[in-house]
Amino acid sequence: MSQNPTTAATLEVAGAASRRTRRRLLAVLGFVATVLLTFLGLLAITFFIGRVIPIDPVLAIVGDRASNEVYQAARVAMGLDQPLPVQFFHYVVNVFSGDLGQSVSTGRSVVEDLSRFFPATLEMATIGIIIGVVLGVPLGVIAASRQGSIIDQIIRVVGLLGYSMPAFWLGLVGLALFYARLRWVGGPGRLDIFYDGLVQPVTGLLLVDSLLAGEIEIFWNAVTHLVLPASVLGFFSLAYIARMTRSFMLDQLSQEFVTTARVKGVPERLVIWRHAFNPIRVPLITVIGLSYAGLLEGSVMIETVFSWPGIGNYLTTALLNADMNAVLGSTLVIGAVFIFINKISDVLYRVLDPRAR
Amino acid sequence: MSTRDWLLEDSPHSRLQANAGRAYRVFTALLRNPLSVLGGLIILILVLTALLAPWLAPYSSTGQDLANRLAPPSGAHWMGTDELGRDIFSRVIWGSQITLTIVGLVALISAPLGLLLGAVAGYFGGWTDRVLMGITDIFLSMPKLILALAFVAALGPGINNAIIAIAITSWPAYARIARAETLTIRNSEFIAAVQMQGASPLRVIVGHVLPLCTSSMIIRVTLDMAGVILTAAGLGFIGLGAQPPLPEWGAMISRGRTFILDQWWVATMPGFAIIIVSLGFCFLGDGLRDVLDPKSEGK
Amino acid sequence: MAPMLSVKNLRVSFPTHRGRVEVVKGISFDLGRERLGIVGESGSGKSMTGRAILKLIRKPGLVTADRMDFDGIDLLQQTEKQMRAIRGARISMVMQDPKFSLNPVMTIGEQIAEAVVTHEKLGRGEVQDRMLSMLEAVRINDPKRVAGLYPHEVSGGMGQRIMIAMMLIPGPELLIADEPTSALDVSVQAQVLDIIDNLVTAKGMGLILISHDLNLVSRYCDRILVMNAGTVVEECAAGQLEQAQHPYTRGLLAAMPVINETRDELPVLDRSQWAGT
Ligand SMILES: Nc1ncnc2c1ncn2[C@@H]1O[C@H](COP(=O)(O)OP(=O)(O)OP(=O)(O)O)[C@@H](O)[C@H]1O
Ligand SMILES: [Mg+2]
Repeated sequence: MSQNPTTAATLEVAGAASRRTRRRLLAVLGFVATVLLTFLGLLAITFFIGRVIPIDPVLAIVGDRASNEVYQAARVAMGLDQPLPVQFFHYVVNVFSGDLGQSVSTGRSVVEDLSRFFPATLEMATIGIIIGVVLGVPLGVIAASRQGSIIDQIIRVVGLLGYSMPAFWLGLVGLALFYARLRWVGGPGRLDIFYDGLVQPVTGLLLVDSLLAGEIEIFWNAVTHLVLPASVLGFFSLAYIARMTRSFMLDQLSQEFVTTARVKGVPERLVIWRHAFNPIRVPLITVIGLSYAGLLEGSVMIETVFSWPGIGNYLTTALLNADMNAVLGSTLVIGAVFIFINKISDVLYRVLDPRAR
Repeated sequence: MSTRDWLLEDSPHSRLQANAGRAYRVFTALLRNPLSVLGGLIILILVLTALLAPWLAPYSSTGQDLANRLAPPSGAHWMGTDELGRDIFSRVIWGSQITLTIVGLVALISAPLGLLLGAVAGYFGGWTDRVLMGITDIFLSMPKLILALAFVAALGPGINNAIIAIAITSWPAYARIARAETLTIRNSEFIAAVQMQGASPLRVIVGHVLPLCTSSMIIRVTLDMAGVILTAAGLGFIGLGAQPPLPEWGAMISRGRTFILDQWWVATMPGFAIIIVSLGFCFLGDGLRDVLDPKSEGK
Repeated sequence: MAPMLSVKNLRVSFPTHRGRVEVVKGISFDLGRERLGIVGESGSGKSMTGRAILKLIRKPGLVTADRMDFDGIDLLQQTEKQMRAIRGARISMVMQDPKFSLNPVMTIGEQIAEAVVTHEKLGRGEVQDRMLSMLEAVRINDPKRVAGLYPHEVSGGMGQRIMIAMMLIPGPELLIADEPTSALDVSVQAQVLDIIDNLVTAKGMGLILISHDLNLVSRYCDRILVMNAGTVVEECAAGQLEQAQHPYTRGLLAAMPVINETRDELPVLDRSQWAGT
């Protein structure tokens, strides 16, 4: 009699465990399927943009000064004499084998260009999201715990400004103020001109590379250049993260278990951080993921303003030169990263929350 | 009976009276919220400025005065002049017409498109739903700005193409809302009654389902307008939207970039216009949401 | 003997768009080491009374009273910090629905341990022992395993017993139980109430049992307050409920089904009989 419940419990635990792994496996498969499907959708859209909308995609690639032979050769080389589904199939195969075509303006393959420019964007967006999280989360929590206070009002205004201020404008104003007038930060670009090219790219992240090379001076110079564009990005993610944190926290603070904690005599600081904040860590991860993906997108504008040699700058240059391969390649890469972060944060939600496990 | 009594009557006698009464109640509720009043005022001023631009603007939007280029803000030129000596204040006023056109056309294209797709998906369900919502989801999980950029790149720069590109990237959110609303309405008794009378699906959707989606739609469209303004300005800034010499605010900021270090006003002034108008839509949207859909506060 | 809790003219109000609305309109009662039942229909202000005693009505709600003394302490004069030392340790409260009143992302063990650690400096092992024996005291069979579970992994009845363990572990002198069983299956209601009753009696604590079930309250309590629309309309010993005077109480009594009943239809409260809102 005393033996039985234990065995039953063990069996039950084992059964639950295998059920859990199966459920997890299914979740992973479903995740892969939706990511692939969404990615195919993205390919369909870029294909549509590149091959269907332009009245003459060949012209868009070779330019209007090309001779007839060049034109015809390009047309066949691009497979434009074949039916659309076949063309799409070739396009998908090419993309998955890592071929995004040649860039007209740089003369290199788009993949090579992108891998050269991507780290600069990544560095800026990452510092931006760190600023956004480190400031945005505590501000949101404080705003919610002192609803109606001055801090709460400030967070509200900041949140609204984050929705209504053009990022490129804030970047320009920042440059005019902190660079031109106050001289607190470095100007456009990743480094002062005379430091350029002194550090061998290893990771492509200048902060890391300069430290690896032991070049402290260059590291600090890179920091002064990075701080303004990253702060501008940080402002927008701060606005969004603080607003969402505040709304999640308000939701939690009105829950019954928060009252329970107060009934127990738990100090207010712990009521807020341990009881109200802990349950929202998981949904916050999703918000932060979305915000990070949004920063990658927002960096297009910011990079233009700060002449930041990243993927956004590459994209805008390509746009102005009608360099379609480069445009579609960057769209594809930014889109893919965006989709991936989006879906990952969605899945993390389900993996990390004890209620959903 | 006063007009107010007629509007607030508990059992209205006509559809007109019911609608008018509802609109009146929403309106008075909005008036109680200071921020939504401010938002409404800003948008009203935007509309008036756009309509009255020829009379309000002290100078023409394109008239050059090279002797007076890059003049700082002064009594004669409240916001200074740009690199061709054009009065920035006047150009900002004329620019309101462009902003209003963009906002209006994007709303007119994308909202009905999304509404229709969502309603059809929700009403018919099954494969129609799965395919339509699959496409919607793909669009939704894509970066809007980048997508708009790519569309404009293919269509060619210009304000019309910018409007089309923005509309193409903003319908999916509306489709989602319309579908969700349709799903809740679809199985209600009164839809069954209408169907029993032999109404065609098109009639049911257009005549009965769509009108019920409008309030959540209006909230969402108003809230989205700030984003539309920012995207349009961004396209203008990159040089893909409105082309010079049009006084589009984003394009004006782009021109001022070159002078940002010394003549800060050229790029800064149009930015304030963008911020104020976007804030106006945010305020009004927030207020509308509180009044029409109190459940979703803060989301 | 001076009462443990003495409340006089307690009022709770909230601002609404039609001005301040009082939801508790000046109630008074004394409580010794006994079991007091508060009954009344939904919205009559029972929960607000319970929370007001713990000073847990948050802004913009407002609590006033001529007197609210607990064991010689004037609760009205206590600072928030002083109140925290009283909450849990001396006055505690079991809430209605364990599904919502337990923290979903903390294990049960952590939540119970927190209640002790907040008030006493104890070693890790000691806390663990206290927690496990408390779980046993509320008749949880496998306390070690249960302590590691999350609230969504236990049943409602078990959740409420855990809640009771959590509220009694610091050894309070007064327990307020706010409809502790109304979210539970009928089959486990009696079990949970018996546990409360046994522990309260064994430790010689005071109990305020809030409920809208007159039957249940008269079974588990010594004295009963009947509330309606924010006021106390009747106060009597549990045994003398049959002699209640107020028409509201009589109405409630009449509406109660009895075993072997021959009535075809239960009477409906006739509100016109007493002056109220
Ligand atoms: N924050 C608030 N603002 C305004 N009114 C409130 C607020 N909280 C509670 N009330 C009102 O106070 C009244 C009393 O509520 P209380 O929770 O004490 O009722 P109750 O007797 O416990 O009812 P139940 O049996 O449903 O739990 C209710 O009418 C409720 O509407
Ligand atoms: Mg209650």
